[in-house]
Amino acid sequence: MTELKLPSIDYAALAPILIMLGAALLGVLVEAFVPRRLRNVVQLGLALVAMLAAIVMVILNADDRLITVGGAIAIDGPTLFLQGAILVLAVMALLLVGERTVERGGAFVAHAAVTAESAEDRRQAEGVGGATEVYPLMSFAIGGMLIFVAANDLLTMFIALEVFSLPLYLLCALARRRRLLSQEAALKYFMLGAYASAFFLFGVALIYGFTSGIPGRGAGVDFATVHAAVTESPSSPVLLFAGMALLAIGLLFKAAAAPFHVWTPDVYQGAPTPITGFMAACTKVAAFGALLRVFHVAFAGASWDFTPVLGAIAVLTMLVGAVLAVTQTDIKRLLAYSSIANAGYLLVGVLAPSREGLSGTMFYLAAYGFSVLAAFAVVTLVRDADGEATHLSRWAGLGRRSPFFAAIFTFILLAFAGIPLTSGFTSKFAVFGPALEANQAWLVIAGVLTSMVLAFPYLRVVVMMWLSEPGESTPTVTVPGALTSAALVIGVLATLVLGVVPGPLLDLTTGAAEFVR
Amino acid sequence: MSNFPFLSVLTVAPLVGALVVALLPRSRPDLAKLVAFGWSLLVLVLSVVMWFAFSTGGDRFQFRESYPWIPNWGVNFTFEVDGIALVMLMLIAILVPLVILASWHDAEASKRSVPAYFALLLVLECTMIGVFAAADVFLFYVFFEVMLVPMYFLIGSYGGHQRQYAAVKFFLYSLVGGLFMLAAVIGLWVVGGKTFDWQTLSQAEFATDTARWLFLGFFVAFAIKAPFFPFHTWLPDAGGAAPAGAAALLVGVLDKVGTFGILRYCLPLFPEASRWFAPWALALGVIGIIYAALLAVGQNDLKRLVSYTSIAHFGFIGVGIFAFTTQAGTGAVLYMLNHGLATGLLFLVVGMLIARRGSALISDFGGAGKLVPVLAGVLFFAGLASLALPGTAPFVSEFLVLIGTFTVNKPVAVIATLGIILAAAYVLWMVQRTTQGTLNPALTEVEGMRRDLTLREKVVVAPLIALIVLLGFYPKPVTDVINPAVQATMQDVGKSDPAPEVGSVQEAAK
Repeated sequence: MTELKLPSIDYAALAPILIMLGAALLGVLVEAFVPRRLRNVVQLGLALVAMLAAIVMVILNADDRLITVGGAIAIDGPTLFLQGAILVLAVMALLLVGERTVERGGAFVAHAAVTAESAEDRRQAEGVGGATEVYPLMSFAIGGMLIFVAANDLLTMFIALEVFSLPLYLLCALARRRRLLSQEAALKYFMLGAYASAFFLFGVALIYGFTSGIPGRGAGVDFATVHAAVTESPSSPVLLFAGMALLAIGLLFKAAAAPFHVWTPDVYQGAPTPITGFMAACTKVAAFGALLRVFHVAFAGASWDFTPVLGAIAVLTMLVGAVLAVTQTDIKRLLAYSSIANAGYLLVGVLAPSREGLSGTMFYLAAYGFSVLAAFAVVTLVRDADGEATHLSRWAGLGRRSPFFAAIFTFILLAFAGIPLTSGFTSKFAVFGPALEANQAWLVIAGVLTSMVLAFPYLRVVVMMWLSEPGESTPTVTVPGALTSAALVIGVLATLVLGVVPGPLLDLTTGAAEFVR
Repeated sequence: MSNFPFLSVLTVAPLVGALVVALLPRSRPDLAKLVAFGWSLLVLVLSVVMWFAFSTGGDRFQFRESYPWIPNWGVNFTFEVDGIALVMLMLIAILVPLVILASWHDAEASKRSVPAYFALLLVLECTMIGVFAAADVFLFYVFFEVMLVPMYFLIGSYGGHQRQYAAVKFFLYSLVGGLFMLAAVIGLWVVGGKTFDWQTLSQAEFATDTARWLFLGFFVAFAIKAPFFPFHTWLPDAGGAAPAGAAALLVGVLDKVGTFGILRYCLPLFPEASRWFAPWALALGVIGIIYAALLAVGQNDLKRLVSYTSIAHFGFIGVGIFAFTTQAGTGAVLYMLNHGLATGLLFLVVGMLIARRGSALISDFGGAGKLVPVLAGVLFFAGLASLALPGTAPFVSEFLVLIGTFTVNKPVAVIATLGIILAAAYVLWMVQRTTQGTLNPALTEVEGMRRDLTLREKVVVAPLIALIVLLGFYPKPVTDVINPAVQATMQDVGKSDPAPEVGSVQEAAK
């Protein structure tokens, strides 16, 4: 009988993850024991304090480069940077989630179990405080994302994927208005997400099978073993390729890359807007964090094999996102397609296997997160009696009614279009440069061409807002509460600062751009 | 004096002015106008001081300033000017105050904020100065793209008929060109050793194929901007819809960024590719001259007509650049200046005419000279300058381009000369149909047509007329500045002027 050896665990390095999961559990207790009228404040405070504490721990751990928990978790530069980015963006999203003054009771339904469109539903829509379960759910999701970008073996990665996906499915269903749309979105997301998870898991199994072929070494799904197997294994690469493809499907689904993007517009449109922002920013960071780690660490040796395929997917994603964005008439769907196209640009960065490429991709992720959250923050403000007015025709003449917010939104759209002096331009430069260096000129050209197409829908919104006369139905922009204002200010400032002086963040990403094995 | 950071101050000053104007309350439009005008005069004074501080016999590039911006990518705020850029800066500094003065009442017609209009004009001035003063490719690109934003809002918010369509078309065309250039800029950065410094890059050698692709990326952007045939379709729309002042800047200065970019970036950085593509570029230039002139003859909208004339003129500039002789090159650069003055004047005068009549259609005029003789006279003069009548400045440049081209490429020069005849046709016919002939009875009923040029308008046109005449007779101060820069550019391309063929002249004399 061999003695069971427990792996050593570096609790300090895991602190951000533990804090977020701990806060989530505490949040569940708060739901049970704190009186209803206090819950919102307590939950919001708890989540905010936990996120800030986690950010502090990430900063304190900044110099860690280690593998812990028996090889399941890798704390290295990319992990720490991405964890920091997820947390900072999550704070912004939390501010939007916590907003209760723009709409009475907040953006979330009070009782998710009430039948949609019933009399009781209409009563609760009139301003009963929204469900406070969203805070622990969000904390769980963030905890999962933090593990996802740190996972050093495929099984841990799968568990993290589930931990952050399940709360997201629920969160999508909790919109206060247009509840059927919201529930439909959640169901769609859940069904397709479950498929994607199954693909991922199946891929893990195939990779496990593949690694068993290395002489003198046990099978395993940790990245070091997979890496060794990819470079040394004498067995046929069929298992490897099949496994890699299935894994990629699971990850690209979360990243919203074509052809695994079909859920994105529906879910982005149906989900409560703060959650849409949260998904567009944080889920994207997490998904690409994992993609980077899987393809740069585990499968680096097979880059000749996966680069053309991923490249084709990148081009397809950019094309689909850009072309379909042109036809959209709903601002949330438009932003969804724009987010798909951005996934394509990010893939271009993933395919530049250099330090600069990694650094550029991480820069892009952070910069895009700030802009997209600010964009959705504005969307929450443009509303009429029925809630948010998301149809584009309703935005006509907004520049006359509310020049300030229209100017902010214009600035963000210009950033999405990649006009210089915004973070959209610097981040595109950050990924295209290394891609060109890696002889992926075709990806850069595709990126440039689709950027042209994509500029059109953005410009159309700008034209709508400024050059059209306000109609009868043009809504006014609600004066944002303190929380939304804070999120908006952070997002817009970050977009501007990262566009004008990207140097400091680039230093940070370049310093962080090295994986441990 | 040459240690003064002229270029960065010149770039930043209009921006500060724009902020001041933008912050003025909407209820004080007159104050905003005065501040904007005063500010642009300040920029003009500074530019004049810089003109005299520039030593004509000195280095090719002067007033160099460099501050780090994004060290990770080797991006710097590097400014410096050669003679070509200096001339363009002067053109901007002269045109902007005049445009502000000319569009004194334009913004009020549109129900939009008046201070915002003048703030946008100043922002535009900042980006225009920046684009000509930049000596860092990245910085150049930034100004090149950002320039679109104020112009977009000037056309879209304050323009006339079909302004939305025109604004979007303008923005998309330019953005498409800009994105091609972005790909080329990134490529240049990668193969050029991760630097954006113009001086360093112009020393670098690139593989033939790479250089040709990069050349193409830059050239497409500049050809759309200039615009050369067949990328020109946005200009008549934008020029026709923009308010007259903005249109004068659009055609007078913004479009020069294209030809300037070819001279500064395409030729010196990719000399071999430039020589290789030159026949194509010459062909585009010649087609542009003839085709745009023919379209101009057929226009019934004054502003669109002027836009087409300027596409024809850009054909001349393109021919001058790609002939690769110092004479033609100097002519082209001089043309850039003179075209800015002449077409700027033409646009402003046409704008005054349109503001009075309330219509831009030529058929709505007729015999207007009987009502507004001075205005008609100025229009006639501007038209003559635009068709390059000897004695006006554009003649000098057109002549230089043609003789410079003739020495190396006779067919092109001969076909281009046809453009002069067509120019006479479209200008004279336009003048005839609007101001000459029998008086259109409808005109007498229009209140505005009974008022000839006001003092303000006279102040706008007088300096331009004076400059056009002065440079028509005595272009030396400008050619002295331009010549060394053009010579250096031609050396970069590796072309020397053909030696005069003494023998053949003697043959002919016998």
